[in-house]
Amino acid sequence: MNDHSSQLRTWVLIRPIIFAVILASLFSSAFAQDWIRTGTGLGVEKVRIAVPDFKAATQDPKNTDLLRVFNDTLFSDLENAGIFDVVSKSFYPLGPIGTPADVKFEGWSGPPANAAMLAFGNLGVTGSNMTVQGWLYDVKNVASPQVLGKQYGDAPTADAARLTAHKFADEIIFRLGGGIQGIAESKIVFVSSRTGKKEIWEMDYDGNNQHQVTHLGSISLSPRFSPDGSRIAFSSLTKSGWDILMYSLELDRMVAFPRFGGTNVSPAWAPDGTKIAFSSSRSGDPEIYVAEAAGTNLKRITSFKGPDVSPTWNRKTGAQIAWVSGRSGLPQIYMSEADGTNAQRFTEEGYAVSPSWSPNGQFLTFSWIRHYGPGAPGAQDIYLMDIASKQWVQLTHDGGRNDSPCWSPDGRHIVFQSNRSGTEQIWTMLADGTAQKPVTASGRNSQPNWSWK
Amino acid sequence: MKLKLKWISLILALSAVIMLSACKKKVAPPPPPPPPPPAAPTASLTANPNAIDKGQSSTLNWETSNATDVSIDGVGAVRPTGSQSVTPPESTTYTLTAKGPGGTQQATARVTVNAPPPPPTASSATEEELFSQNVKDIYFDYDKSDVRGDQQSSLQSDVAFLRQHPNIGVTVEGHCDERGSTEYNLALGDSRASAVRNALVQGGVAGDHVKTISYGKERPFCTESNEQCWQQNRRGHFVYQK
Repeated sequence: MNDHSSQLRTWVLIRPIIFAVILASLFSSAFAQDWIRTGTGLGVEKVRIAVPDFKAATQDPKNTDLLRVFNDTLFSDLENAGIFDVVSKSFYPLGPIGTPADVKFEGWSGPPANAAMLAFGNLGVTGSNMTVQGWLYDVKNVASPQVLGKQYGDAPTADAARLTAHKFADEIIFRLGGGIQGIAESKIVFVSSRTGKKEIWEMDYDGNNQHQVTHLGSISLSPRFSPDGSRIAFSSLTKSGWDILMYSLELDRMVAFPRFGGTNVSPAWAPDGTKIAFSSSRSGDPEIYVAEAAGTNLKRITSFKGPDVSPTWNRKTGAQIAWVSGRSGLPQIYMSEADGTNAQRFTEEGYAVSPSWSPNGQFLTFSWIRHYGPGAPGAQDIYLMDIASKQWVQLTHDGGRNDSPCWSPDGRHIVFQSNRSGTEQIWTMLADGTAQKPVTASGRNSQPNWSWK
Repeated sequence: MKLKLKWISLILALSAVIMLSACKKKVAPPPPPPPPPPAAPTASLTANPNAIDKGQSSTLNWETSNATDVSIDGVGAVRPTGSQSVTPPESTTYTLTAKGPGGTQQATARVTVNAPPPPPTASSATEEELFSQNVKDIYFDYDKSDVRGDQQSSLQSDVAFLRQHPNIGVTVEGHCDERGSTEYNLALGDSRASAVRNALVQGGVAGDHVKTISYGKERPFCTESNEQCWQQNRRGHFVYQK
């Protein structure tokens, strides 16, 4: 089919750009089909890393539980990172390994493990302290193997063990992933109706530690982390209508934000944290406004009849805004300078909503019913589009409604909502569409937003 | 030795018998039993039915025994056993008093008189009923917020009713079907509610009596995934405000 070949062409053109985000591009066009069809073979030579369980360093009875949490978290962080080929534990040489003296290089660098890197260490509880020592070894460089050596101290709790594992994983990812900060310590806010009302919830990036943030008993939607992580802006149905509300994670309570009248929804933070864009119908028609972070100095930047909603800032420069407009019929993505000038339509067909700008400024991810109309399958999927060339690639293919995509801080992952499992849940994937997995399961969960770091 | 013991015990026994008989002589004879007291009266009183509407009557039934003097408050002296119809103007507690040589016994029965239903008071109830009978929701096409041709007659009757009842306040809720994003549908629902409000105001309804709110796809009327259900959810819904 004509459409199919144009999609292929598009793919061939966009492929190098996408892979540049994910890693340095070291692959041939032969991988393209495989990449789209099966989601395997990223085409990049991933670093092969072995992560044997950390060893107990003391005799304390708490060690067993804390080691289980630590080892599970470290292993899944490195698997989730998307830049490693984590060696199956069944290939590991026998015998525990807790310190550099335990490392037998041939066992790790030779078959069947064939590891390039080895992350190992020990954890020990002494009284009210938990001490973790971790090393990263280049096992093929026997003369000078140490890439990283870290020591962490914290309270002997499961939460502290999990956090320490995230920190060590992020150190490894930073060293081996081209100097990009890992996401193991990042958070996701989202909307959950598991209490019977839609409230704002927060969790670790991997779905652990889910907890309720707001208790408003109304309908709260569209949570957005401020770039410094200190606040969550969201919209909520109050006595006066839909208002932008502000929650301080530092004070652990709501803080004041002005009410503007009309329907005020979909807040978005500028990357420097000084401004907020949102949709307001205070003048009668839903338009995009930009205000200072405190809600002052409100300026309208759109003026066409029809809904304008869901703004997102260029996360690298803060100089442009993309948003959704129904001014021409079915909703499409539009883009303009941050002051509203030079507005241009970005998508040309179908039903396109929920844009999210990538951290490097090059891509938009959004939700698209690309072939909308009678007889069309009408699947709603997550797409990635290169802003300069407007070439796109489809990231989800597995049915259901997929919406509300949002980038991880490292630009390697995307979180989104999907009802493919029967109920609306939060899913994560690598930015090439692979490794899709749900991170929530309880109640209905939607509108995820990833922290900025 | 044995003989001597026998004699001592015989003497002791004899002297005990003499002493006992001397004591018995001093006890007085018992008094005659008193005559039995007169039996206490018994009484029972029932009302059937025990709840009536105003103007209806109820029948009192009573039984007494061992009574010489029986009366019921509000009725007067009555026979020891009997029945009588009463028509109390309001809820009344009837007390039967039975007196006899053995004392007094009372029994009570209450007849509740239900007040007639109050006349329809608040005119708001009728107004609200009229509102729900006359004011029709406005339905929209997919992704559209303009009032389509086949909804104009509903709109005209809404305008007419609201102009005839200028005291009624109304909230127009904008609703959408489940397709599309949460945020876009909130904006679309806002546009639908505004479109209905603008049409009402253009028709002459006072603008300050018409509020709008968007529910997007948050509160659907129907939860199935088919066009019939989606059409139900794409609407401007009128809500009566007191």
